[in-house]
Amino acid sequence: MASVTINHARPLTRSAIWTLALAWLAVTLLPLAFVVFTSLKSQQDTFDSPVWALPSRFDWSHYASVLQGGFFTYLRNSLFVVGSSVLLIVVVSAMAAYALARLKFRFNKPLFALIIAGMIVPLHITLVPIYLMTKAIGLYDTPFALIGPYVATSLPVSIFILAEFMRQIPRELEEAAELDGCGPFTIFRKIFLPLSGPGIATVAIYNGIALWNEFIFAYVLTSSPGNRTLPLALWDFQGEYQSDIPAMLAVVTLTSLPLIVAYAFGQERIVKGMMAGSLKG
Amino acid sequence: MNTHATAAALPVASRRHRSGRALAPALFLAPAVALLGMFLVYPLLQSFRLSLLEWNGLGENSVFVGLANWAVLAKDALFWHALGNNLLLGLFSVLIQLPIAMALALLLDKAGRGSRTLKILYFLPLLFSSVALGVIFKNIYDPNFGPVNAALQALGLPALAQDWLGDRRYALAAVTAVICWQNVPFYMILFLAGLASFPSDLREAATLDGASDSTIFWRIRLPHLQGTVRTAAMLAVIGSLRYFDLIYVMTGGGPEGASELMATYMYRTVFSSFQLGYGSTVASVMFLVVSLIAALGMRLTRRFETEV
Repeated sequence: MASVTINHARPLTRSAIWTLALAWLAVTLLPLAFVVFTSLKSQQDTFDSPVWALPSRFDWSHYASVLQGGFFTYLRNSLFVVGSSVLLIVVVSAMAAYALARLKFRFNKPLFALIIAGMIVPLHITLVPIYLMTKAIGLYDTPFALIGPYVATSLPVSIFILAEFMRQIPRELEEAAELDGCGPFTIFRKIFLPLSGPGIATVAIYNGIALWNEFIFAYVLTSSPGNRTLPLALWDFQGEYQSDIPAMLAVVTLTSLPLIVAYAFGQERIVKGMMAGSLKG
Repeated sequence: MNTHATAAALPVASRRHRSGRALAPALFLAPAVALLGMFLVYPLLQSFRLSLLEWNGLGENSVFVGLANWAVLAKDALFWHALGNNLLLGLFSVLIQLPIAMALALLLDKAGRGSRTLKILYFLPLLFSSVALGVIFKNIYDPNFGPVNAALQALGLPALAQDWLGDRRYALAAVTAVICWQNVPFYMILFLAGLASFPSDLREAATLDGASDSTIFWRIRLPHLQGTVRTAAMLAVIGSLRYFDLIYVMTGGGPEGASELMATYMYRTVFSSFQLGYGSTVASVMFLVVSLIAALGMRLTRRFETEV
């Protein structure tokens, strides 16, 4: 009896599931297709033809004007801020993770718990004091203003990921090195850093993407276009191109492109990296 | 052991070695502790201190007002409305995102390798910055030029066309839809990992016993995923309590505060009304609410740490 029900139920549930899957694919891709196609329309097209009509001809002029309008300054700032932040995050969190995962000292466990608790702090509570501090030390409206907050707020989750990773590294390696007379610094540099490669990659990918898209600190701590990062390019252009929908969507496409390209090359790694940092929520 | 012997034989080296060992934890931790202290702990405490002041943020003219800001906040209808919106966002995030994510995860799990392309495409929304998504969906919801209203008109339902973001009845729901659109694939991947950890022999045994797919799902796999589901729900709720980006970009909390969240209210109080003291009170309460709910949540999800 039971096997009969399965045979009846299966094709039905299967087609229902596939319908849902394709429906969700449409839900995911249609807004993105709308962006790309509209960005290639002439402004006249957007008034004359229905929104879902394809462009009557591809009009690349918006892309040209955006690229000439300071886009590369934003891109350069993003590369600089995110690049140096990720480098610092990796070094600082790897050092801390090694101490917490492997060295014996009195407050190890409570310190680890405290740092992990940092993952749930809503970052907006730090916004006003960091804004005041940034003004006081004269870094306001420079790309450097972002690096400190970016590194610090990324540390809890990064230390967590790397400490978990380093706990898996066999103790025998460490003990052998100790017998050879290596101190903790050599052991860290020669054993833990090289063996933590995959963990470091995860930390770099997760934070790299989160910071690449970061909005609120960049918005509050910088103000002039020459010092702002890519997400802010969109914000600044929004005022400029308010009524020009295709131009606005060309900016969206251009600012989103770097990550999409990176994703095209390493989907698995990026998905894995972004999920690993998920505790931050 | 023979440490004494070695210590005696090599006094200098060993002393350097030992003091290096004692200092090592401090040296390894110093940069992290300094950065966390400066950009996380100090601002946190500072926020509480600022909450006791009345200050427009300019110059030295701040006035210590004690708990006056806290008393005002307790009766501030705008704040409670914002907190209510945070809770609504959390509730709908859980009710909308998790079931869709679970359904998609089950599909991908079943389809096996063939579903890799689907998975890759589903994940795309997570790569976009919230400003980009905000601009995209502001255009999509646009009452005059947006495809949503155009589609409703084409379907012969012009009565359903709305000013989605400009109408206080729909603004929060419209942004919530976008937040769900972006985050479903996140929970889908989380569930997919949970499903993959399901022992396949258990499933085979159940199938041999004649259990149907739906029985296997409800009786065996869903209980197995209980921990993952709880973690997901907690992440969704905490994420919603501290949410800021898309609401700020798409509606700015409006119209007339209709889609206000705690974080957007705090932002507006500080950077538009220049009430740094009161804004810091809002921030402090937000911190307390999130910590309290996160602590409760952690207790409910003891597998939290091993999960991801």
